[in-house]
This record gives sequence, structure tokens and C-alpha cells, in this order.
Amino acid sequence: MSVVDAASGPPPDVAEDSVVRPKRTVERILAGNAWIVFAFLYLPILLLVVLSFNDNRTVGVWTEPSLRWYQAMFTDRNVLGALRNSLVVAFISTVVSTVLGTAAALSLERFRYRGQRAYDGLLYLPVIIPDVTMAVMMLLFFVQAFDLLGAVLGVNASFGIGTISLSHIAFNISFVAVVVRARLAGLDPSLEEAAADLYASRWQAFRRVTLPLIAPGVAGGALLALTLSLDEVVITSFVAGPGSTTLPVYVFGLVRRGVTPLINAVSVLMLTGSMLLVLTSLLITRRRDEP
Amino acid sequence: MATTLEPRTTPPPADAAPELGLEADAERAESRRGLLIGLPSLAYLVVFFALPLVIVVVYSFATRSRTGRTILGDWNLDSYARLFDPLVLEIALRSLWLALLTTLISLAFGYPFAYYLATRSPKVRGILLVLVMIPFWSNFLVRTYAWRVILGRDGPFVRLLEPILGTDVQLLFTPFAVVLGLVYGYMPFMILPLYATIERLDFSLVEAARDLYASGWQAFLKVTWPLSRPGVIAGSLLVFIPSFGAYVTPEILGGGRTTMLGSYIVRQFLSARDWPFGSALSVAVLLVMLAAAVVYLRSGGRNL
Repeated sequence: MSVVDAASGPPPDVAEDSVVRPKRTVERILAGNAWIVFAFLYLPILLLVVLSFNDNRTVGVWTEPSLRWYQAMFTDRNVLGALRNSLVVAFISTVVSTVLGTAAALSLERFRYRGQRAYDGLLYLPVIIPDVTMAVMMLLFFVQAFDLLGAVLGVNASFGIGTISLSHIAFNISFVAVVVRARLAGLDPSLEEAAADLYASRWQAFRRVTLPLIAPGVAGGALLALTLSLDEVVITSFVAGPGSTTLPVYVFGLVRRGVTPLINAVSVLMLTGSMLLVLTSLLITRRRDEP
Repeated sequence: MATTLEPRTTPPPADAAPELGLEADAERAESRRGLLIGLPSLAYLVVFFALPLVIVVVYSFATRSRTGRTILGDWNLDSYARLFDPLVLEIALRSLWLALLTTLISLAFGYPFAYYLATRSPKVRGILLVLVMIPFWSNFLVRTYAWRVILGRDGPFVRLLEPILGTDVQLLFTPFAVVLGLVYGYMPFMILPLYATIERLDFSLVEAARDLYASGWQAFLKVTWPLSRPGVIAGSLLVFIPSFGAYVTPEILGGGRTTMLGSYIVRQFLSARDWPFGSALSVAVLLVMLAAAVVYLRSGGRNL
């Protein structure tokens, strides 16, 4: 192989850095592996999309294309109710966690004060904690909180949209903060100083200089929060009350009982939703690379 | 800055260095402002995250009554002693083994993949990276469910294999299915940090090795691999941690015989109603996870 290569000279496409570029056979193996990984990542999703248009009641047997299961999905009260809950929770948790997460990012990245490192550590914990552990934490916390509320104030609180939203905010703050901080860290502080030199008040400098500059980061964080909230199953199933199931929790319940064409259709709906969110957020991050 | 122009309203506290005067004062005001901005989120995390964490730890020392209620009081270490039950150890070892296997497989395919990605032209690289990100951010539950369809009775694999092997083929509800699902779910966690490291790698060092008559393989072993170690460690931990505590994947693809720690914890809360024991298990998983995170930070890898 190498003899032939040496005789014919390096091929034009790898001429520039032929030493660094692996040899042809290695290159082929690498490319083959890339194809395998991409096929692995995409084929299952594709299969699911195709099967969701299958008319047959048995998922694996193809008869003819139809929109039957989508129709069934959009007339299914449970699905629609769960979808509504999902959207409400996602909206509330995204708005609150975006504001709080951005504030946390600003505070940690732009100021210095005592106890900052502890705060930093606390902020990172929700990102790496296993979801089962966090689910247990939230369940026990709310049980205790309800006991306390009942005993002290006589208020009868219960699990539902409220507890789900509070839990989602708890992990989303951290994710938003991480994304916004990455953006802030890459920002030139002299721009804000210039605003201050030009007699901008603290608020004006933030509003007119900092905020527009970190806007892509804030939007990216918000979209991440939205995606995570719409996808979350484990924590949600622990703190959901009767009637407040979200779409993933409802689907999870169905999936454990078996495979049905209806789940396929709902799955494709959820996939479409999350893919739209990724693409939007990728477009936003793309834009930030440009001057 | 505007704050430095403001007249001083309060005398500096006694412990402040007197010679710094105005400047120190402004600095203090500045750090107070920083704390103020961060306070709402800090308060939220303390109430809705740190406090719940403390409650779980407290519960892990409590006692379970016969009816399944948790008695807060009569504190003991019984729940922790039960962590060493043969059944629990078996589940823990299985989780460890399956998580390690998942990590190794992800690395085996993820490393060459990330290398391939990082050595493309910037334009191709961007497109390929987006193609990795899309399934990554797509709904995890749905992606796991897809494998249930694929590996199931009517799925393509079983139908293809059964006539060939002439026997019943069981793919779903096996450890194999769980590892496949975990690799599928967490592979991007491996690829992205690896890609980030390899992309930043100084390839002139590889060139230097080649100039000094290292073979391609030697150059890889002695230069590329050591230099990409931060990415390998980061990626491995990012795959290992969620795989170790996995719940959704073993639940959907594993069936009853492949219980992992995550499912076992959930069972203590939803069916067995043994909250102290479930709490002790959660604390144990959290400690393993924190140990892994410490290893990660110690190894100097902070970049994702």
C-alpha cells in the first residue's frame, strides 16, 4: 500500500498535511466507523417515524401508510391533557429558571465575594446528580413541606403542576447558568467598562451593553431548559399528583405495558418537538460565532 | 464606575485596611451587589435542592414501621447495613459492570468517531457535529423506546435471526439490550468531550514524532492518546455516571431480571415503601457519583 502511495506521490486532497493525516487504510476504517455510528444514532429514530405511519395495529407488521394513529393521538384525552400539563410546566420552569440562572451566572462571573466557591459547587450539583437521587430528594422534601404547611398554617397542599414546576426550576437554574456563564466568560469586560466611562448607570450598562451581548447565551440556556423540562421523566413521575401527569410520564407508563402504534405517533410528536428546539438553539449559537 | 462617584455614607468597618479607604469601600459595595444579584437563585437552590438533599440524608438514618411509614426518630444505621446484603451487592455489581461495559463500548466507537470528526475540514466538521447533536438532544425516553420496538418480538432482528438460528431468540429484556440502550443514550456524552480535546490537539507534535521515525501507531500511542486523555476521562465519566444510576433504560429494555440500582431505588419508594432504605441507597449512589466527579476535577479536565 505504502509503496504504491510513495510511487504515485501523495494524493492531492491530503497533500497539505499528509504526515498528520492517517494512512489510507486507517482513514477508511475511521470513515467506516463514522458511518456505523451515524447509522446507529439515526436508524432507530427513522424506523420509529416510518412505523408511526403504519396502519396495522401490530407495530411490526407493515400494511399500508395512514395517519390513523396521529388522528387517534389528537383525539385522545389523556394524551392531550398530558401535553397541556407538559407545556404549562415547561413554560413556567423555563421563564423562572432563565431569569434566576442568568442572575446566578452574572453574580458568579462578574463579581467576587466570600462564599462564592460554595455557591459555585451548589450550582453545579444539579447538573451531575443522577435523576433518581434528585427524584427521591424532591419527593421527601415535598412530603415534609406539606406536613409542615398542614401543621403550621393548616394549608392543604398536594402534588401537582406546582410541585413539578418547582422541581424542574431546581435543576434548570443550573443548566441555564452554565450556558450563560460560558457566554459571559468569552465576553470582553472592557465593553462594560467603556459604557461606565461614558456615564452609563449600572443598569443602563447592563441593559444596553451586557444583555445584548449575552442574549444568545440566555436564549440558548432558555431553549435547553425548555428541552430538559419537556423530556424529564423520573423526577416528574415522583412529584406528579393525580391528573397532573406530563406527556413523558404518561408515555413512560404506556411503554412499560408494551409497544403500541399510538406510542409511536406520540413519540414522533415528541421527537419533532425536541428536534425543532435543538435546531433553533443551534441556529442561535451559530449566529454568535459570526462577528 | 458610577459607584465610585457616590459619596460615602457609612464609615468603613474597623477590620478594613485604613489606607485603602474609598477604594476598599467601593470594592465591598461591589461584592455586596454581586451577592445581591445571586441571592434569589442561591435561596432557591438552598430551599429546593440543598434542603431536600439534607432531608434524604436524615431519612436514611430513620426507621421504617411495619406498615411502611417512616418514623423520624430512633435514628440508626440499619439501612446502611442493608447495603451489604447479597441481593443489594449483586444489583450494585451488576450496575457497575453494565455501566463499565457501556463506557468501554462508547469509548471504543466514540474515540475513532471523534478523531474522524476532528480531522475533517472546518465546514464538514460543523455539519457532522450538528448531526451528532440532534439525536443527543432528542427525547431520551422516546429514543430508548425505539429499541424496544427494534429488539422486540416483531422487530427486525428477531425476525431475521430466528429462521437462521432456528430457535427462539430473546433480545429484549436481557443485559445486552440494556447496554445497547445505555450506549445509544449516552454515546454523545463520550463523543463531545473527546471531540473538543482532539480538535484542540497540537498536531505538529504528532508530525514531530513521525519526523523522529515513530510509526503511525507509535505516534498515536505516545503522543495523540496521552494528549487526548482529558477528553477520554471526561467522556468516560459523563457516560459512566448516568449509566450507573440509570432507571429508564433498564426499566424499558431490561425487564425484571436486569434490575439496576436506579430501578431498585425507585422500587423502595413506589412499591416496597421502605423510604429509609431507599434514601440510604440514594446517598450511596450520590457518593459514588461525587467520587467520580472528584476524579474528573483532579485530572484537570474542566472543559467539556
